Parts: sequence; structure tokens; C-alpha cells
Amino acid sequence: MSETPEPQETETSAPRNVIEVRDLVTHYGDRMILKGISMDVHADEIMVIMGGSGSGKSTLLRHLMALEHHTSGTMRILGQDIDELNNVELVDLRQKLGVAFQGGALFSSMTVGENVMLPLFEHTKLDRKTMEIMTRMKLQVVELGGFENLMPSELSGGMIKRAAFARAIVMDPKILFCDEPSAGLDPVVASQLDDLILLLRDALGMTVVVVTHELDSAFKIADRITVLDRGEILFIGTPDELRASDNQRIQNLLNRVAEDDTMDAETYLNRLTGDEPAYRPL
Amino acid sequence: MKHEVKEAGASVVVAFEGDIDLQTSPAAREALLEAVGMGKPVVVDLAAVSYIDSSGVASLVEALQTAKKGGQDLTLAAVSDGAMRVLKLARLDAVFTIHDSVDDAV
Repeated sequence: MSETPEPQETETSAPRNVIEVRDLVTHYGDRMILKGISMDVHADEIMVIMGGSGSGKSTLLRHLMALEHHTSGTMRILGQDIDELNNVELVDLRQKLGVAFQGGALFSSMTVGENVMLPLFEHTKLDRKTMEIMTRMKLQVVELGGFENLMPSELSGGMIKRAAFARAIVMDPKILFCDEPSAGLDPVVASQLDDLILLLRDALGMTVVVVTHELDSAFKIADRITVLDRGEILFIGTPDELRASDNQRIQNLLNRVAEDDTMDAETYLNRLTGDEPAYRPL
Repeated sequence: MKHEVKEAGASVVVAFEGDIDLQTSPAAREALLEAVGMGKPVVVDLAAVSYIDSSGVASLVEALQTAKKGGQDLTLAAVSDGAMRVLKLARLDAVFTIHDSVDDAV
């Protein structure tokens, strides 16, 4: 869209970055979650973020979506330094980001069509007819054409995920974020969702950031993969480069080898008793 | 976004220029429905459209349906690669009649 500031390329041949993260540090209470993350997401790529439980991947995703405060470091999303944005500018930025949440997050009291149309109602002044057509188009894209009058409770798990995708893309976001899109789905339906992600990138030129722990899905869709480990980046590269890595921790991840939980006793006690403050959303 | 409406032979040509997106598509919709209201075949010239989002495509769809109900034709001309990708993704490339150029359409 014409008013979107375009990030500057540093070299003629360099990919255009839609997200730039430098030395990102974040805490939940006294606990450091992200320990100096630096990474870029290129325009039109599918970046998969992987890591074990507690690696910080979901926290990183929320930061990339401009949903949380960070302790230090810088983040530029679509060319804008989020620390320099006021609330209105932050809302404007978020309208250019689509999010497909892990559980679908559809409102149970609204029809599928109303759920998909909701962002248009909230953020645009388009004519109702235009919104209805856009909604039906996006439902068609995710192969839910004709399902707009059903309630979410009438959909299967895979259909709910696809409806969530339709809502996430209804405003033609520049960047689509997907949190564990395959979680809880059988392999066939999960593979269909992978195909949908590839279609959205290829056909609409969306940049897609996916958090997943599904290795098959990651290797199928990723242009590049970021592996997080205990709040630090262990690896950024292509799927082939990841496979070829001789790093033991990466091999453990690829081979699904469990690692020792190194949480100390005091941290564990604080977590159990609630003395470790919860995260603070923006 | 700018647009121009002109008559060419028996048709009305609506030529758009620039981006048709969430901000500009209401104006595009109004222009399209006005052109349809003229009662002649409508050709939508997209040659100078650098970007069209789904709100713009939805406006085209509404205009096409309105034209059809009035017994008129509404066709697209000089659709860019990007716009064609959006049309194909929504399976609308089979719904619209698409010409290579305005000259082919009128």
C-alpha cells in the first residue's frame, strides 16, 4: 500500500527486510526470556521459528507482532522503529500484520463470516457490501467458500484453523504471523495448512513468520529457519543448512532428544508460587 | 489513486491509476457503480494500477454483478501480473472477461 514506508536496502543485492531485530532483551519479572536476539525477516519469505519448550519462541513471536514491551534493543517492523511509535501509530502498524492464533481464537457467538469480517468492521470504513465480498473471497481462498453462516462449533479443527487464516488475511496484511498452525491436527490436514501458507506467500506475496515445533512442516514451508535455545539464537539459515549442522543441540532438536531442564530450584519455586511475575503485554 | 471516465465507441472506459487499496477502494467503487449506472458496456482499464488489494477486487466484483443485473457487460483490460494473481487466488479469473488491452475490449 502506498503509505507504507519502505525499509531501505543496504546493498543493491541485499534482500529487503520487513523486520529487523537488534540485541533484543526481554524479561518476565526478573527472568530474562530473550537474551540479545538479532535477526532479520526478508520480504516475501517464510521464516520458521523453532525451539523447544521454554526456548522463547512464542515470546519472540509476540514481540515481532509488536504486542509486548522489550527491556532493551531495537525492533523495526515495516521500516518503523516501534519504540518511536505512539499508540495511534502502533495500531496503524498492527493493521498491516495478520495473526493466525494457535487455537483459532474465533468468537463462538459469531458466525464464521462475522469472525472473518471483524477486522474490517473494526479498522475500516468500507461499505458493508465490499466487506461481505472480501470475506467470501478469503473464505474461498482457504476452501471454506459457502461456510460463512456456520458457527465455529460446527467446524472441524482443521476448518477452524483455516477460518482463522481467512480472518488473518482479510485485510491483506504485509506480514502474516502463524502460531503453531499445525498443532493438534492430523498429518493430512496439517499438510493442507502448509500448502495454504505456501499459496499465500506465492500468490499474494506475503511475508510469513511461523512458530512451530513440527519438523516436517518447518522443512516443507521454510525459506529460512531460526532456532531458539534458552532465549538465544542457536541457528539461522536454510533448511538444508540446518540439516547439515553438526551442532549437538540442533541435532537434539532434529532428533527429538530431550535435554535436561536446567531451571534452578529457586526459579522453579518462584514459578510455582507465582512470585515470578507474568509477562506484561503492551 | 486517480481515475478517468471516458466514452469509447459504445462503451464507457474507467481507467484507474495508482494503488487501489483499503483507503482508495471506496472511491474506486463509487466510480465503477457510476459508470455502470450510465447503462453502457463498461471496460475497466487497469494498465496503470500498480497494486490492487482485495477491497479493490471486491469493488470490481460488486460492479460486475450490478452490471449483469442490468443486462450490461463489464470487462477488465490490461490487468497487471499482481492483480491477476489476486484474481486467480480468489478464482475470479474465470468470472471476469479479461482483455489484453482497452482497444481489444471496446
